Amino acid sequence: MTLLEVDNISRHYKLPPAGFRGEARNLRAVDGVSFSISKGETLGLVGESGCGKSTTGRLVLGHIPRSGGTVTFNGRVVGTKRDAQWREMRRHLQMVYQDPLGALDRRWSIANQIGEPLDIHQKSMPKAERAERVAGLMADVGLRPDLAQRFPHELSGGQRQRVVIARALALEPELIVFDEPVSALDVSVQAQMLNLLDDLRARTSFASLFISHDLKVVRHISDRVAVMYLGEIVEQGPSETIFRAPQHPYTKALAAAIPSARRSDKTERTLLSGAPPNPVNKPSGCTFHPRCPMAMPVCAQVKPTMTIDGLHGVACHLVSGGNTNSVVTP
Amino acid sequence: MKYFLVRLLRALVTILAVVSLCFIVLRLAGDPSVAMLGPDVSAAEIAAFRQRWGLDQPLHVQFFQFIWAVMHGDLGYSMRGGEPALSMVLRHVPQTLAITVPALLVSIAIGVPAGIAAALYRNTWFDRLIILVSIVGYTVPSFVLALVLALVFSVSLRWFPTGGSGTLAHLVLPVATIGLIGAAVIARYTRSAMLEVDGQPFIRTASAKGLRRGAVVRRHALPNAAVPIVTILGFMVGSTVTGAVVVETVFSWPGIGRLLVTSVAARDLAVVQVITLLVSAAMVLSNLVVDLLYGFLDPRMRASQSVGE
Repeated sequence: MTLLEVDNISRHYKLPPAGFRGEARNLRAVDGVSFSISKGETLGLVGESGCGKSTTGRLVLGHIPRSGGTVTFNGRVVGTKRDAQWREMRRHLQMVYQDPLGALDRRWSIANQIGEPLDIHQKSMPKAERAERVAGLMADVGLRPDLAQRFPHELSGGQRQRVVIARALALEPELIVFDEPVSALDVSVQAQMLNLLDDLRARTSFASLFISHDLKVVRHISDRVAVMYLGEIVEQGPSETIFRAPQHPYTKALAAAIPSARRSDKTERTLLSGAPPNPVNKPSGCTFHPRCPMAMPVCAQVKPTMTIDGLHGVACHLVSGGNTNSVVTP
Repeated sequence: MKYFLVRLLRALVTILAVVSLCFIVLRLAGDPSVAMLGPDVSAAEIAAFRQRWGLDQPLHVQFFQFIWAVMHGDLGYSMRGGEPALSMVLRHVPQTLAITVPALLVSIAIGVPAGIAAALYRNTWFDRLIILVSIVGYTVPSFVLALVLALVFSVSLRWFPTGGSGTLAHLVLPVATIGLIGAAVIARYTRSAMLEVDGQPFIRTASAKGLRRGAVVRRHALPNAAVPIVTILGFMVGSTVTGAVVVETVFSWPGIGRLLVTSVAARDLAVVQVITLLVSAAMVLSNLVVDLLYGFLDPRMRASQSVGE
């Protein structure tokens, strides 16, 4: 059952004209992104830094105004005006940011940080019950009870992120957007955190949009994956399909770039050269064609549409041109 | 506790340094006998005067005698009338407090809300207006503002007296002068402190939890912006007293500011020393209070304070 429906959302920024007589420019950070998330499902959103992943996350929750498109959550439109309805919707939509220390008020004790969503949305809750809920949440995320009266600066990075997650879970939201939740943590702590998220998902069944540039992390946590390039989704589908049988040349390059101890040297790796182009002057046609090892003349002219095969969608002329399953080698 | 004692010791050393400097500079700056006795006195009279006040001794002897006396609670006598300098100054203190305390309250009451409002409506015409008024407020010298206020509200409109003391109406213009200048400084610091806090993720998170804008400011933004605001308030206690010197002179207000001006002119050494002592003590004390407030405002500083120096 669909929980979240994202339909063709965009976020464009007007930039001042370059030079004296230049035209006003338009930065298309997110450009026509669509996806959906079912109840309890985790959609991974991957892409290079600057491709619009985080902006997409904030657009989905209505934290920033959209330039176009709509987001529907449980059949209700997610607005961007911060009115009573917007605030009420926050019970069901929560977010976890990358930097846990920045996301915590350094003047508040851990227990109060975790309990604040309850103060906001469940004002009538008796004190004893609130304390019990906070203690329960701390136990859920694996925080020792004696940390309740501590302050954020006294905790380790992993503990802080656990506090942030406990706070996001306090209202039992149906959807949580995780924006690079483990990128700021050590690798060993990352693994603990991912196990924690797995465990929590199994118990509380929230759906999530998991934004990360780290493919291993996304592969581990996601049911489905969407791959973003320059503000657009180029491929999406079930996690294993995306990583085992990628169709889009960009996804192939990303999948090949995952370091592995087991991979033999014989496997051919697609290497991408250069950096993503400036989103202010996006390439014509397929935005990926200047870096694509398999680019054809048509790619520079016509923008490919998403070809959908069951659960799997790819926006590439190689695929829509009929070679749905075979891999074209140059 | 150890932290507190170290701070207290430092405070005493600071006061001692200020008073010593004041003592020496005053004596190097000119002989009070001419200022006190006038130009037409004989050498014998001057010598008698100098002997009577101990001014014939070498400077270092005078200094140690002074320190010795201070340690025994003797702060000297006014050369004008022979009244103990301490009681003379203390008699004027309530008058100065009567304008500086309300002025500080006015500064806070106007400056903090104006700074918050400017930060919340940043880059709007309202914000720019507050910045403009604030820049004007703290670049205009206090005597100019005092004279302009007197010209407008006393001379032209005749709402308040131009000077003197006795009624509440006499208080208005001196308080307004110091208070408005203070408000300008506080508004600027409050604005930048709020802007700095407002960009941080926990403020965005607070709003993303469904908290109203007003509650976000009250619960998260303002308490976190309080440290720099309180710091500037601590400094302002000192600058308010210096402001009082000018304002009391302009409005002929009988406080320690005007007493200081007349005492310096008359080279009434003991009185100047006592005022310096009191003002530096007030500044050091207010900074001490601010330091202790930090611990209350920011749990991180609480930790570093208890660890000690």
